[in-house]
Amino acid sequence: MNCRDVEALSHAYADSELDLVRTTEIQQHLTVCRSCSREVANIRSISSALKSSTFYFRAPANLGNRIRQSTCATNGTVSLRRRSEVHEMPWKQWMRWLIPVTASAVVILLAISAVPTADKRLTGEVVSSHIRSMMANHLTDVASSDQHTVKPWFDGKIDFAPPVINLAERGFPLIGGRLDYLQNQPVAAEVYQRNKHIINLFVWPSAQNRNSSKTANSKKGYTVISWEQAGMNYCAVSDLNAVELREFTDLLQ
Amino acid sequence: MPHLDAAYNLARWLTRNEHDAEDIVQDAFLRAFKFFDSFREGNSRSWLLSIVRNTAYTWLEKNRKHEIGTVTDDEIENIQDEAPTPETVLLHNTGHQEIIAAIAGLPVEFREAIILRELEEMSYKEIADMMSVPLGTVMSRLARARRQLQESLRHRQPGVAK
Repeated sequence: MNCRDVEALSHAYADSELDLVRTTEIQQHLTVCRSCSREVANIRSISSALKSSTFYFRAPANLGNRIRQSTCATNGTVSLRRRSEVHEMPWKQWMRWLIPVTASAVVILLAISAVPTADKRLTGEVVSSHIRSMMANHLTDVASSDQHTVKPWFDGKIDFAPPVINLAERGFPLIGGRLDYLQNQPVAAEVYQRNKHIINLFVWPSAQNRNSSKTANSKKGYTVISWEQAGMNYCAVSDLNAVELREFTDLLQ
Repeated sequence: MPHLDAAYNLARWLTRNEHDAEDIVQDAFLRAFKFFDSFREGNSRSWLLSIVRNTAYTWLEKNRKHEIGTVTDDEIENIQDEAPTPETVLLHNTGHQEIIAAIAGLPVEFREAIILRELEEMSYKEIADMMSVPLGTVMSRLARARRQLQESLRHRQPGVAK
């Protein structure tokens, strides 16, 4: 990489938004180029100065109340207008309940998702594991594109048998497997590839035997898709775009 | 009320005015209640902030049309030849009011990129989804926003010729 390439990517680099390959290339360039490393230092210092809470405008104390009151007021007018119609349209009585109930449901749901949920913690753990697996040069314990090699390798190392399939024909070749640790338990990490992007698929037994729909999250530019299927938890993570990662997870189901 | 600070902060920076920000947040929360069906999966803060953003843009469109769309994304950047002042020195000499004024002076598209990235710590991907622009546009808007900010802070330095 030369200075011009680095300059184009310096902000994404300072924001930790680049993939591992480009990050490493820039790091190498920065060790030899003072002017580019000064540029990156500049970006970082401006960015950390702005992160100060003094630039964050907190909502005035009465704004929450004002919003609560205005939702009540909206409901009030709705119910007044409806009241005259109640006799001919009994179902409209439900409307008077529906709006406040929906409003409270929204507040509760938003509140629940505001605290770091188990889901969010898992996303964080999975992304860290994924990054670590590539940084520490420890992507696979068993490197093989053959599912009949990878699957038996897990026997005896974990007390469950994760399904392993090779999706090479569909454009997601298997490249190996590894033992990893998530949520205080050993998990199977199956490693797949899409072009130059690495996909880690974590598999471990779930407490309930149920099938759930997929949840997609993103963190630090990585996409995480998780779901439960036939007594197993699945969690796929990659820097691949969400659409292709979704395609990958669809092939597994 | 969850994410109220985040909603207010974004509205406050987009409108640069307390009263309008409060109205926009109130309006956005009402819309959020109404359109809760459209919230499916993912991050509730991003979802709420995109409603705030849409509400603010509708308001800007109506009241301050000249402020939006001043940024062209295919513009070729002019690269500076002068050696930049190290930013640590620059920021050290700049008061907090000057920094606020410098951010407020950015075009709204740059300002929101800075707020979402630096204050809400959102990823490029989240910002791109919220603004409905490609990832590369987020990258270039942020880079140009920071550069413009740097430039504006340099001019606000005591003793620097304008």
